[in-house]
Amino acid sequence: MTTRTTEDMHTGTWRTFRPVIDAEKCVLCYSCWKFCPDLSMIVREEGDYPSVDLLHCKGCGICANECRPGAITMEREPL
Amino acid sequence: MSDGERKGRFTIPHEELMYPGHSACPGCGEPIAMRMLLKALGPRTVINIPAGCCAVIPGVWPRYSLRVPMIDHAFECTGATSSGIRAALDVKGLDDVTVVGWAGDGGTVDIGLQSLSGAVDRGTDFLYVMYDNEAYMNTGVQCSGATPCGAWTTTTPAGKEMACRRGKKRILEMMVENGIVYGATANIAYPEDLIERVRTAKSIRGPKFLHILSPCPSGWRMDPSKTIEAASLATRTGMFPLYEYRDGQYRFTKEIKNLKPVEHYLRLQGRFKHLTPAQVAEIQDLIVGELEVLKAKVEAGRK
Repeated sequence: MTTRTTEDMHTGTWRTFRPVIDAEKCVLCYSCWKFCPDLSMIVREEGDYPSVDLLHCKGCGICANECRPGAITMEREPL
Repeated sequence: MSDGERKGRFTIPHEELMYPGHSACPGCGEPIAMRMLLKALGPRTVINIPAGCCAVIPGVWPRYSLRVPMIDHAFECTGATSSGIRAALDVKGLDDVTVVGWAGDGGTVDIGLQSLSGAVDRGTDFLYVMYDNEAYMNTGVQCSGATPCGAWTTTTPAGKEMACRRGKKRILEMMVENGIVYGATANIAYPEDLIERVRTAKSIRGPKFLHILSPCPSGWRMDPSKTIEAASLATRTGMFPLYEYRDGQYRFTKEIKNLKPVEHYLRLQGRFKHLTPAQVAEIQDLIVGELEVLKAKVEAGRK
């Protein structure tokens, strides 16, 4: 039996590159939200811009690779 | 912009039945597939999972990342456990609950095959999902029955000759001959299609089988950001065609036309890096041959 959820596992500490969203380029296609394996792209309701849950984002870069207008860039985390 | 991506609209259900913080590697395809499956099935679901990556990903005890109950069991028991859960639910009169057996390719085409075959033979009402990363990834990339021709694994090392010369086991066709009522292939790069396949399976009583392609960046030797790109190319090159089986007929769920050369798919991944142009051509011929066989089956169903 398990007693807790994995939400307190802060997998964001694994990250080397963080996704940064440029809202001006975003066309609200939600590809980043659809394909995020870590449920770290947050879109609260239809029409909202996506935001990143940096506590859990592992920095895989799928969102940046799938973003057709190129609104997401991966930036190196400071050492 | 196609109709499927209108501005500011969700094309898949918004409700999440998973928590973040699970233990998958960055860029893993398995949590994407699991997330889509749970979105389509809803909370009235019981999952059973054998050994493999999928047994580790939901979380390290006492933490757990799914919002539905899960049973962990031995590698070869997915079919048997599913039959057991179904029998228990029937005794309790819970007929609105979907039983899902969720196993990897090794746990399906090699180790779990007899138990899966038994459950299908018994006519158990359940959905078996094989998420296919094309090798035993949890133990460090050993060749499985679902490893494609030419791929490097630690047990099929790269050399002048291709160590792995055969194609993947045709597991869906094996299950059709075994007696499933519904079977389909799906791809995490097409989530709307995947959700439709799962919903169709949910609406039918009896043994159902779903084969989902789920790339593994570490085992496929590629950058984690390329997971969806590789999955999408697998279908667009004909390496992983999307089709379904229902009522005795095969049907393409994504039409196969204007196929890209398989080289686009192979060159994206380090596991195919050693292939010579002649070997790439050999793989291309193999794919074309397999697609012809499939097309003939689809055509036979139309008559």
